[in-house]
Amino acid sequence: MNSRLERHTGFISFLLVLAALFAGAAQATTVEEDMAWTGGLKNAYFADREIVSDDLVILEAPQRAENAAIVPVSIKAGIPQTEERYIRTIWLFVDKNPGPLVGKFHFTPASGRADLGLRLRVDAYSPVRAIAETNDGQLHMSRRFVKASGGCSAPASSDLEAAREQLGRMKFLVRDERAEENASKVEGGPATLAQLMIRHPNTSGLQKDQVTHLYAPAEFVKQVTVSFEGEEIFQAETSFAVSENPSFRFYFAPRQDGVVTAEVTDTEGRQFTETYDVSPVTGEVAARR
Amino acid sequence: MTALHPRQPHWRAPLSILVWLVLQSMGAAASATDAAPSAELRQVADGVFVRPGQTGVLFEADNVANLGVVIGNRCVAVIDTGGSKSEGKALAAAIGKLTDVPVCFVINTHVHPDHLLGNEAFSTGQVRFIGHEKLPGAMAARGELYLRRAAEYSGGDAGVEMVAPEQTVRDEVQIDLGNRVLVVRAFATAHTDNDLTVLDEQTGTLFAGDLVFLEHLPVLDGSINGWLIEVGRLAARDFARVVPGHGPVEADWPEAAGPVIEYLEDLREATRAFIAMDGDLRSAQETITVSRPERWRLIEQYQKGNVAAAFAELEWED
Repeated sequence: MNSRLERHTGFISFLLVLAALFAGAAQATTVEEDMAWTGGLKNAYFADREIVSDDLVILEAPQRAENAAIVPVSIKAGIPQTEERYIRTIWLFVDKNPGPLVGKFHFTPASGRADLGLRLRVDAYSPVRAIAETNDGQLHMSRRFVKASGGCSAPASSDLEAAREQLGRMKFLVRDERAEENASKVEGGPATLAQLMIRHPNTSGLQKDQVTHLYAPAEFVKQVTVSFEGEEIFQAETSFAVSENPSFRFYFAPRQDGVVTAEVTDTEGRQFTETYDVSPVTGEVAARR
Repeated sequence: MTALHPRQPHWRAPLSILVWLVLQSMGAAASATDAAPSAELRQVADGVFVRPGQTGVLFEADNVANLGVVIGNRCVAVIDTGGSKSEGKALAAAIGKLTDVPVCFVINTHVHPDHLLGNEAFSTGQVRFIGHEKLPGAMAARGELYLRRAAEYSGGDAGVEMVAPEQTVRDEVQIDLGNRVLVVRAFATAHTDNDLTVLDEQTGTLFAGDLVFLEHLPVLDGSINGWLIEVGRLAARDFARVVPGHGPVEADWPEAAGPVIEYLEDLREATRAFIAMDGDLRSAQETITVSRPERWRLIEQYQKGNVAAAFAELEWED
């Protein structure tokens, strides 16, 4: 009886030791993964400001990037955008990318919700992190680890020539079927889910010609401003880490018919502007020509 | 045997070592043949050979793609060279055992690393490299990344340079191997934006590259609309046999076009429906499944990537 108990105890101790070993290793891995961040990135962008890891924003990203050129990520805000308290900026980083800062995204109370959806290029196994700054200047972080896998679908265009042909073309869509669902989540009324799509190759400038050994120049969308009836609802400063043909999903709060203006500037100084008559209630969008 | 060198979280390392030890003991007998520098070549027609690929994930596994060899009176043409320099060397060694006729041409069917990272093994100065007009651009965009990934997985045996084509093909060129003509045809954007096929006129054997997949789930890295158009046109032509880029070393035509066409058609229909309904790529990736899963392997590895590629193309349709 006794010896049997001892045997069990021995086995359980063995399991506990194993578990501890695994847990320790897992923690060490996280620390190692975060080296780029703790070793310089954090200080470069935020100096000694305090960043709290909590649920003020929740970053969603796939664990494995099946197509490294098009990795969908989304950020969900845990608070509604009110005049008293709102998220004014979200920074998005892919630590191990050649240019870690994907972009800075600015929101206003007129955004309704500071949610954001976009697609990234992920160059290597890397932490992806969203840092939100509220209007009182506090910083909140959400982090995920993404494994870029495969290899065929390198973070480059599958057809660069085709991408150039329609450069600057835009699509603006209202995804109003979610308005009812949103109404329950947002204080002060429903917000409308919108999507802005921009035709642009968004090249990195890191692509070396195998014959000439020269690098192709970087060429990407660097600024996007969207306003509703003259009031800014979404602004983005972006890098080539945003996938080809950038697509942004965001919200805006006003529920009356109005005019949406989207202005896009790229690194070549090209400017593209589109104006749309939008009805958030019916979901109708008509481009003005 | 498959050489597995995936990068894994460290906590899995003890498990990996255990699995590795077990595999090593099981495969001790097989490892002698692994080390042999000569690849297996199977004859599919008179003077036409295929180095069979195995269904596996590029970089993680060796010998992923089907590679071709056509022997003329004066010249040998190699169609794709494999995923590493050592794979290319093993292919070259096998050709050397088969014939004294020298290799004069290497034709790359497209940019993917499982098809062309073996080029370096043939880069002797006597060999002319032939590729699609857009192959150099695609190599420029991806080459460094492919080499880096290959080095990560192979521990340094991958080869150190990409060998770009000296001759590029815009429409069609004929290559004379000595009493034997190969027709090399360039395609519009389909599987990639730089797909070539190679037809041996003498035996009616078409090397379809990755325009045709069997068993290995098709991988979309170009245009789903373009691929359906191009493979549809190919299916309307007569060939004695087709060598797919992945799958069995030869297959009947046009029957072999059926699975890839049906897969792409079903993927396109489902993706279009999803875009009309919502437009969220992540939900589409989680939702759209393979319509005839019993036909395909590597679904887990490639389906979501295919949905992303199809989605990014089709969302711009009016």
